[in-house]
Amino acid sequence: MSVEVIQPGVCTTVQDLGRYGFQQHGVIVGGAMDSFATRVANLLAGNQGGEAVLELTLKGPALLFHEDLVIAICGGDMAPVLDGKRVDRNRPIWVKRGSTLQFSHAKKGCRTYLAVAGGWDVPVIMGSRSTNFRAGFGGVEGRLLQPKDRLKTNEPGEFSRFLASAFSEQAGANSSVQADWYVPKATFTYGANPVVRVIRGEHYDDFSSLSRQSFWEEDFRVTPQSDRMGYRLEGPQLTLSSPLEITSEAVTAGTIQVPPSGQPIVLLADRQTTGGYPKIGYVASVDLPVFAQLKPGDRVRFQEVSVGDAQRALWERDSELKQLRVAMELISGWRQR
Amino acid sequence: MERHTYFPLGDSGVVVKLGNEIDQCTHQKIKRLSALLQDEPFPGMVEIVPGYTTVTVYYDPILLYDPKGGSTPYERVLGFLNPFIARAQSGEAREPRLVEIPVCYGGEYGPDLEEVARYNGLEPEEVIRIHSGQDYLVHMIGFAPGFPYLGGLDERIATPRRSIPRTAIPQGSVGIGGSQTGVYPIVSPGGWNIIGRTALPLFRPENEPPSLLRAGDLVRFRPISPKDYDEQKEVTS
Repeated sequence: MSVEVIQPGVCTTVQDLGRYGFQQHGVIVGGAMDSFATRVANLLAGNQGGEAVLELTLKGPALLFHEDLVIAICGGDMAPVLDGKRVDRNRPIWVKRGSTLQFSHAKKGCRTYLAVAGGWDVPVIMGSRSTNFRAGFGGVEGRLLQPKDRLKTNEPGEFSRFLASAFSEQAGANSSVQADWYVPKATFTYGANPVVRVIRGEHYDDFSSLSRQSFWEEDFRVTPQSDRMGYRLEGPQLTLSSPLEITSEAVTAGTIQVPPSGQPIVLLADRQTTGGYPKIGYVASVDLPVFAQLKPGDRVRFQEVSVGDAQRALWERDSELKQLRVAMELISGWRQR
Repeated sequence: MERHTYFPLGDSGVVVKLGNEIDQCTHQKIKRLSALLQDEPFPGMVEIVPGYTTVTVYYDPILLYDPKGGSTPYERVLGFLNPFIARAQSGEAREPRLVEIPVCYGGEYGPDLEEVARYNGLEPEEVIRIHSGQDYLVHMIGFAPGFPYLGGLDERIATPRRSIPRTAIPQGSVGIGGSQTGVYPIVSPGGWNIIGRTALPLFRPENEPPSLLRAGDLVRFRPISPKDYDEQKEVTS
């Protein structure tokens, strides 16, 4: 036993970086909507980066800790409070057993990630711990968290244990300790009205020239009919120059498909594996975390990027994460032992 | 060599289009290319998804990135794929696997059988005979875990989708939607006409692979009695 759910929040699930290799069997990839915040939160908890985290949506849970744990909170700001005291995001926090961590509504962004040393211990199914709640497997019994759920953690790695012992020495009578170092907020570009990079889709040229122009120049608004499967957007109507006959084929996270209504749908983590609507573009993987932090009512604009440039940006992002791990090991004193 | 085309699926995938029509020739090429890539994945390949006329190949652009500024990961993947595509253009057609699916038609397990018969001016028994009287080709698995896109429904029993979709169709339901037929592997909403149900699980997360069917298989529906269904259900649940 380790952490107990007092209040589950609106939609709290266990997620990792996704379930790959089974799309040909109709099994969705799923995984954290904001993979960047997930990886940073894991690094801060002393993990390698792909361990299972909790994904909190719009309003977070209240959790009771039954053991001492190193945790980290990244992504959207749900004003986390530990035993009545506000705690920061983007830095390691040592939590003493008996403490309660309470999240509120998302004040900035839409999704918050809670990583723990060792990662959450739920069964690995088809290579992943992610919750597939439509098919009912993965995570905690394939569902959203409920009151009284008990979540265990895996055995923490050496770096996590080093952080824990350093913090517990500092703690004294306090119920928590926050590291005096952190990842700068600027690392996460969650702002209002972001510009998101988009690669042209297979059917881009089949849209009218006016539609193509509006696609890059006008705002799109996230509608309330948006979830982990996809975001429905509202904006200029996008119309084809002439009707297209498309057979169902694979779709990916970030695929921007346009149904006959002319209002685009951006497919996300829990998308179906196949789809048959015209594809005007794809949100670049590196910007999917920014997109996934939008909530209903937020506006977004698209900016064209080439496949090569999108891939370079993704590689650079990955390099930054590797540097972050090294920086953490240095600043925490782990490297000087 | 036959013509094929490529296009990028965002920054982490490429779609190889092997034909424009849903026909046997294209299907054989898709099957061969899928098998070749499964057997000998290239470095950085993540997974493949066969479609009606396409094979989508997912790859890891970070692993394939060249910091020295050579070709892009996308270009490198095209380089890897070309010899596979050349090999997939020819070769023997593999003997497809035949999977028999026992179906209890009509009654409480197939509430729309009467409606399908009425719409097509047939007796329910004829609908069953036609539906179970031929083999169906699995073009791809998608929409839901283990859900087969089947080809080959007889137009005599094609029936439009119901005007009001059901919110929860039971697991194992066999349906007809327009000129398509298929089996719902998990409980899901849907507008197809449900003509029967099978106790055979089409999707089990604990199995390897989790899906009973895969692209290229042939499916044959075999009518069984409600008693047989109940007995089989007992065994499989």
